[in-house]
Amino acid sequence: MSSDKQERSLTLKQRFDRWMIKHGRVLVIGIPYFWLFLFFLVPFLIVLKISFSMAEYAQPPYTPLFSWIEEGITITVNFGNYLFLLSDSLYATAYLNSIRIAAISTIITLLIGYPMAYGIARAQGSMRSVLLMMVILPFWTSFLIRVYAWIGILDREGLINAFLLWTGIISEPLIMRQTEFAVYVGIVYTYLPFMILPLYSTLEKMDVSLVEAALDLGCKPWQAFAKVTLPLSMPGILAGSLLVFIPAVGEFVIPELLGGPNTLMIGRTLWNEFFANRDWPIASAVAIAMLIFLVVPIMWFQHIQTKQEEGQQ
Amino acid sequence: MSNKRSTFLISALVFGFAFLYVPILLVIIYSFNEGKLVTVWAGFSTKWYVSLFSNDGMIDAAWNSLRIGVMSATLALALGTPAGLVMSRFGRFKGRTLFSGMIAAPLVMPEVITGLSLLLLFVTLEQMIGWPAGRGLSTITIAHTTFCAAYVAVVVQSRLSGMDTSVEEAAMDLGAKPAKIFFVITLPMILPALLAGWLLSFTLSLDDLVIASFVAGPGSTTLPMKVFSSVRLGVSPEINALATLIILTVSVMIIIASLMILRSERMRSRAAAGTEPQP
Repeated sequence: MSSDKQERSLTLKQRFDRWMIKHGRVLVIGIPYFWLFLFFLVPFLIVLKISFSMAEYAQPPYTPLFSWIEEGITITVNFGNYLFLLSDSLYATAYLNSIRIAAISTIITLLIGYPMAYGIARAQGSMRSVLLMMVILPFWTSFLIRVYAWIGILDREGLINAFLLWTGIISEPLIMRQTEFAVYVGIVYTYLPFMILPLYSTLEKMDVSLVEAALDLGCKPWQAFAKVTLPLSMPGILAGSLLVFIPAVGEFVIPELLGGPNTLMIGRTLWNEFFANRDWPIASAVAIAMLIFLVVPIMWFQHIQTKQEEGQQ
Repeated sequence: MSNKRSTFLISALVFGFAFLYVPILLVIIYSFNEGKLVTVWAGFSTKWYVSLFSNDGMIDAAWNSLRIGVMSATLALALGTPAGLVMSRFGRFKGRTLFSGMIAAPLVMPEVITGLSLLLLFVTLEQMIGWPAGRGLSTITIAHTTFCAAYVAVVVQSRLSGMDTSVEEAAMDLGAKPAKIFFVITLPMILPALLAGWLLSFTLSLDDLVIASFVAGPGSTTLPMKVFSSVRLGVSPEINALATLIILTVSVMIIIASLMILRSERMRSRAAAGTEPQP
């Protein structure tokens, strides 16, 4: 029919449209794919490579893995960094400490956050939006500033000590900053909104009549809570706990500013290897170890969880 | 019985919000303290604000942070929106598993690892192809764009998955091209999600200390780096003043934004009820 004529009289714009229909899909996938590949995946391969090299006084400060010698390419793989991580108990301690501190902080956050989320979910209309906004607001203000706020409170010359000394309850200032206690306070304080929001969204969706039915059938309030509310809010508890645990476990700023020199956490150890010791290969090896023993299990757990949720629906 | 419960809930809320807000309020109050010590109130003064604004290093760092924030939020939106679209609308394709992994991973990756790996990439690239020559604002922008794009992708994806596709399908049946469908139908519908994604990226970029410290070069100090180096030495009234300004700006913006959302929701529910006010 007239398709021949159309073919010849294509304008530039039409040609472009045709090309877009044919290749647009590839383009839309390709651009973000390429960016993430280059700036997210490739860097890990480089970290892996450098974790097998040796530290050297040079620029950059590590030995090359591949070197050209007359007969061709030689690869010098050095497992020394990993052996060092295993032999020095500092790294294992830092790793276990991070998990312990993050887990305890997550539990404290849950204990504070759950009643708050419950209270917000049961509040009346406009009051509820105001309370919710008050939870979100600190999240948008600077993280560093919120950690900083506690320095002035917990410090040896800080507000709590000044107040207690003034009232005469204590005669010597308490050591609160530069302890593990201060790290717990810092983590709970900065990540509390992350716990409240997912808890709120599950509690808000929950059918209150189920609890009323349990009460009508003779459950005591705590029984109704333990048998109805708590199981139904499990997805929120899990989501909130992950949102707190994941950033807490690799935390650097909080142990650095509020913790003492003995508060070892793995993120801080990596930072010090890199910035203080300038040992790039060891820092890379720590990063790879964190990836294997921390990030991969977390992602695997999340994967299983999404599968389960999809299976339930 | 329920009275006892509500007393408990109210006290939990009061305690919780006091915990969230008292430290911030103390920072604000002490930013107006004449003296340098936190514990002693030496009278009202705005001198720390004056000294903050005459601190050139601080102003430069703030300016750097704002530029990096705007650039990386915009780039993250440009990369994250197609990524979210691909995840929710494109079905299966080769390499989808890797793609979804690369979007999910930055969200759980400890910052120290992201920072270290990007720095090593930049160093290697510089050795191999001479780019980027040295590190500075551009490398920080690239680093921030990468992790912010993942956040934008997740926000866009969740908005698209919860959205009714019937309008898009109708347009497709009527012969609209995919690009046109996206720009005329999908984009306006996900606009609030895009705005949220941009703001989230901007805030994350403005707030990032760890990644920026790894990939920054000499002379490209951002505001968090500046704050961190001065806070390490203890409390400083100038930082209190800076914190107060940040908190006030953010609060005003959040309140305006939530009022706008509230109004548009009210309009929508009114329109849904069929009582739309006549113009």
